[in-house]
Amino acid sequence: MNQTWQIQRRQAQISTSLIIRGGRVIDPANRFDGAADVLVIDGKIAAVKPDINFSADYNYDASGKIVTPGLIDMHVHLREPGQEAKEDFVSGSKAAVAGGYTTVATMPNTSPTVDNAALVRSMVKRAEEVGIVNVKIIGAVTKGQQGQELAEMRDMISAGAVAFSDDGHFDDNAKIFLNALDYLHDTGKVIICHEEETSLVKDGVMNEGKRSAILGLKGRPTVAEDIAVARDVLLAEYTGGRVHIAHISSARAVDIVRDAKRRGVKVTAEVTPQHLTMTEDLVNPADSCTKINPPLRTQADCDAMLKGLLDGTIDAIVTDHSPHAPEEKDREYIYAPSGFPGLETSVGVLFTELYHKGKIDLETLISKMTAEPAKIFGLNAGTLSIDAPADITIIDPELVWTVDAKNFYTKGSRSPFIGREFKGRAVATIVRGNLMKLNQW
Amino acid sequence: MEKNSASLFGKSVVALKNFSAEEIRLVLNTARKMKQIVRRGGEKKLPNLRGKSIVNLFYEPSTRTRTSFELAGKYLGADVVSINSGTSSIVKGESLRDTLRTIEAMGVDAIVMRHKAEGAAEFATQVVKPIIINAGDGAHAHPSQALLDLFTIEQRKGRLAGLKVAIVGDILHSRVARSDVYAMTKMGMEVHLAGPKTLLPRFFEFDGVKVHESIEHAIQGADVINVLRIQLERQQAGLFPSTREYARVFGINDNRLRLAKDDVLILHPGPQNKGLEISSEATYCERSAIQEQVQNGVSVRMALLDLTLNGGNS
Repeated sequence: MNQTWQIQRRQAQISTSLIIRGGRVIDPANRFDGAADVLVIDGKIAAVKPDINFSADYNYDASGKIVTPGLIDMHVHLREPGQEAKEDFVSGSKAAVAGGYTTVATMPNTSPTVDNAALVRSMVKRAEEVGIVNVKIIGAVTKGQQGQELAEMRDMISAGAVAFSDDGHFDDNAKIFLNALDYLHDTGKVIICHEEETSLVKDGVMNEGKRSAILGLKGRPTVAEDIAVARDVLLAEYTGGRVHIAHISSARAVDIVRDAKRRGVKVTAEVTPQHLTMTEDLVNPADSCTKINPPLRTQADCDAMLKGLLDGTIDAIVTDHSPHAPEEKDREYIYAPSGFPGLETSVGVLFTELYHKGKIDLETLISKMTAEPAKIFGLNAGTLSIDAPADITIIDPELVWTVDAKNFYTKGSRSPFIGREFKGRAVATIVRGNLMKLNQW
Repeated sequence: MEKNSASLFGKSVVALKNFSAEEIRLVLNTARKMKQIVRRGGEKKLPNLRGKSIVNLFYEPSTRTRTSFELAGKYLGADVVSINSGTSSIVKGESLRDTLRTIEAMGVDAIVMRHKAEGAAEFATQVVKPIIINAGDGAHAHPSQALLDLFTIEQRKGRLAGLKVAIVGDILHSRVARSDVYAMTKMGMEVHLAGPKTLLPRFFEFDGVKVHESIEHAIQGADVINVLRIQLERQQAGLFPSTREYARVFGINDNRLRLAKDDVLILHPGPQNKGLEISSEATYCERSAIQEQVQNGVSVRMALLDLTLNGGNS
């Protein structure tokens, strides 16, 4: 007995330290961008300054690399519970590490739907057990995401839910949605809204545009998104509630959000790498890999996404990581489920298509993936402030690599980014002071 | 016959987008020869595809396309098997990939495929080696129908280039229209599309094609009118209020036909809803080539099978 006690005591006293030397540190939360070392002691940030004089247990040479707060992705589908053929917390967490993400929030459109405190609690526990990255739980707004009755959102908050969403579809019943905003009003929690008016996108599989017209595929028009965004912005304004627009993709919708922000409406918005950089022209009806909701739009929409990102209309970049089992995606375009994995490709896409092309500065880009999402969702993350959890991402901006599904950690094997050559990649992911090594799993 | 170096030997036929004018010309010329053989009576069977096997894989109901592909294969001496989705492993949930691979494993040379999903035929070309002939994939393409439309027009009019064609009706859901626009513009024809705006594809842009919301504008001075089928479920989907009103405002009848050229040729891919998109008089009149389309369908499909599987060598 005595011996066991001593061992436990000893472990508790072990102090570990890590120093990341020689990198360019970009910490938008502290408006810091410059050469510095980062010292981590016991899983917390201990110092960020040039030439730290400290003999740490571990040293990481980050010369030529960018050191940022751990990336945050507030819109992923880790598919637990019930859809483990598509993804699970382990495979999804590994994908996060591979992509440079230290915190992800998983959506509740699972089977069963995460719409009650018991499920939220079990998912929070499961996330802790897996313990690879920080997995946050988003609860459903309505029971079964059916849009009929409010889910027990306050119980779910007590159980650890960070936000609420009926992601996957739009809640057509405006009264229920208004009630949800009122009901959450004093909690400060945000509702993440999938914005496509249902009747206008029924059976649609791609953007309604020139390409759908000639291919004969049924369309999902931008006006479906615009109407939905306009309604939810107006309801946020009317109730004083907080609305977060998920994966915005239509130029007009960005205008609506911009106007609303000017009026002081509590609205925020996120965009994905695919909606920033890919268009409907890539849709090939013989390959379901481009099928997503909302769909890939036009170049004008992509341009509007970038403009919105730069002028602050769009607050965050998320991946909408939506893996499916290979046999589900290996189907006719109209029958295949929507979505593809994004955690492992997003840094590559964003650095290649935006940063290296001079379309965005690094501080803005990193801010949209760290400080801004942390602020929207009230997370103790996304910063390298002293005593903050030592979640850190190290990016090699010049590393050239080719996306190969064989190297994916996600179970989702179809992505329109497969085969693309990217410049820029996360090379180290540090979660609570631990340098994550993927081969250890 | 003019010299044509085009060849379709070993190629799949997915969409006419991928066809050159020379390749279309080759099919039409070959179809002409096939038609003579079919019409001469007596022994119709040719040895061209002897020893070849063709599977008709139809995921959607069809009378004329399936039967004419089946007869076309048989007239050319091939062994033809037709698979109906309702009586196959497809009802047990077999995926398209697996069904195609199963058929391939039995050693077939060509698969003629009809499927509800746009892109299904193209998908098939990626999955298996046999030649794929698209017999209709959703609202995307129906190449043999467009080729038989061209063939029928040329037989009756003696030419294609310079003719004005109006395609009227449900353009939105029509694979025939989407194939005709490629086929007809490549052959130098002027194409006009028309229908109620609810049945027109929004944002449709195509060189050499004009879109109208008025049937009258489209058929003004037309040499050919191709009348598309209106499916009755479109009314339930709220795309038009009643068959009565559709017939009155958009239907092709004798009165409306006065706007077209006197010798206007009337086509319809069938089956018709008489009294809805087309009147009985217009269907059965002298100017209608609807019955010939069916007959020509066999010749054109013989040409496609012969050219792709045999290189057109007799």
